[in-house]
Amino acid sequence: MQTFQKIAVPFIAILIFIALWEFLVWANNWPDYVMASPSDLPAAYSKFWELFLIGSWQTLWRTVAGLALAVLFGTLLGMIMGFSRIARDGLYPILVGFNAIPKATLVPVLALLFIGQHNFNTVLMAFLISFFPIAVSVGIGLSTLEPEYRDILRSLGASRFTIFRKIALPKTLPEFFGALKVSVTLAFIGTNLVEIISPHGRGLGALFLSGQTNSNYPLMFAVLIALAVLGIILYYFVVLLERIFAGWAERPQQ
Amino acid sequence: MTNLIDIKGVTHAYKTPKGLLPVLSNLNLSVPEGEFAAVVGPSGCGKSTLTRLVAGLMKPDQGEVWLHGKLVKSPRKTVGMAFQNPVLLEWRSILDNVILPLEIVAPSMPRAQKVARAEELLALVGLSGFETKRPSELSGGMRQRASLCRSIVHKPDVLIMDEPFGALDAFTREDLWQTMHDLRTKEPFTAVLITHDLRESVYLGDQVFVLSGRPATTQYVLDVQYPGQDRQRKLDGLYTPECSEMLATLREQIKIAQGRHPDAAGH
Ligand SMILES: Nc1ncnc2c1ncn2[C@@H]1O[C@H](COP(=O)(O)OP(=O)(O)O)[C@@H](O)[C@H]1O
Ligand SMILES: [Mg+2]
Repeated sequence: MQTFQKIAVPFIAILIFIALWEFLVWANNWPDYVMASPSDLPAAYSKFWELFLIGSWQTLWRTVAGLALAVLFGTLLGMIMGFSRIARDGLYPILVGFNAIPKATLVPVLALLFIGQHNFNTVLMAFLISFFPIAVSVGIGLSTLEPEYRDILRSLGASRFTIFRKIALPKTLPEFFGALKVSVTLAFIGTNLVEIISPHGRGLGALFLSGQTNSNYPLMFAVLIALAVLGIILYYFVVLLERIFAGWAERPQQ
Repeated sequence: MTNLIDIKGVTHAYKTPKGLLPVLSNLNLSVPEGEFAAVVGPSGCGKSTLTRLVAGLMKPDQGEVWLHGKLVKSPRKTVGMAFQNPVLLEWRSILDNVILPLEIVAPSMPRAQKVARAEELLALVGLSGFETKRPSELSGGMRQRASLCRSIVHKPDVLIMDEPFGALDAFTREDLWQTMHDLRTKEPFTAVLITHDLRESVYLGDQVFVLSGRPATTQYVLDVQYPGQDRQRKLDGLYTPECSEMLATLREQIKIAQGRHPDAAGH
């Protein structure tokens, strides 16, 4: 019953959303260059299904690669900031400043820096845009570890590494996954940004751009929906990982 | 009898933004092997600092801490610690929480042996059947029981407790005093118990050390003469004239430590 509800409720919500969309377009009598309706989309998908498959794959793998780099680098940076007060004081303003830069401005910078390296630039952007929440959450998680937690092992002569592995790391996992959920959507946005803005792009972003240049409005909307679906898949994959590795942090439902 | 714990002339100060904060001043404290030392003193006088020095988590500015005839320079595997906060790890079951110190102290011990040892202790404190539960599924008193099991699972020769019952309600606390007392008869260890409950110090302690206000030094030592059989102390004993007298003495000493004694109030 409960699992049925868990699947049925979001499914019905999506159906209602699509129905409302269709109704809005129909009631306002919008032409498809103002707003395509859901019923226009199947035609776009069946006509360009190969491009959609290739584009989705390109968007997906570059997002995941960028995110993987962000996890590695963000965790490392978070550990440095979590364990060293000096590193925290020194790095924090730089990180905040870097994070505040609108990432769209970086696209031409990267494109000039690594000319023609489209895959590399895209992965780099996904990484740059998404490591910040991970670094901050790991850093805060480690630096706010109550001293008693450390002391139960430290008083037995355990090494710093053992304390990190047995206490600090698992204790920070819930915060880490919270950040990862933010990061996964950010990385996705980073990938799309490069795909859309930079010339000769690939992936779903480039498909969107070609829809625009060819005035194929249903195609553009079809890409948006595909992006949403891909985003949902990525997000819930992280949720699944969270369940597996940090499921203990979930409060039992009352 | 030899002293298992010997604290000799320990002086310690914290560096704070406002300068040095002297916390302990030439403090002496000895506990013979197998004895239970209760330590009371005004809040903020340096009791927790004392536990960290005994555990080897910090080094005193001056003076020495000796455990088992060895100078303490760093943490040792033969120490057990318990705090006011049970600090159980939520991602581990109760059983695996209790086993944790064994993973550090005896990594090569077979898992079955670790489990057997933990189960034995959990049974002693009345937690049989809760082995697979998560800490958040237990009441505060039960969590503190599990925490006590963890602090002695590796058979430490010194058990250091910093207000372990401080956050519990009065009835649960009295239950735990009895559990503590029972544990002592089955598991030999030398204990230092920091507490702010004078009745607790008398019920559990063989000696009660009263620390002065900050910077703390040993102001008074009370030898507890518990009414009835010493190895089977009864809670009722706390309401006898002997205990009332000891409690009155301690209360008087605490007042002096707080600087609230009539003799001290004139200045
Ligand atoms: N790490 C620290 N740095 C600076 N001051 C501290 C530190 N730990 C404790 N203190 C101060 O030292 C004093 C004694 O602390 P503590 O030993 O925890 O006292 P108690 O446990 O008796 O209440 C308090 O005034 C406290 O604020
Ligand atoms: Mg304290």
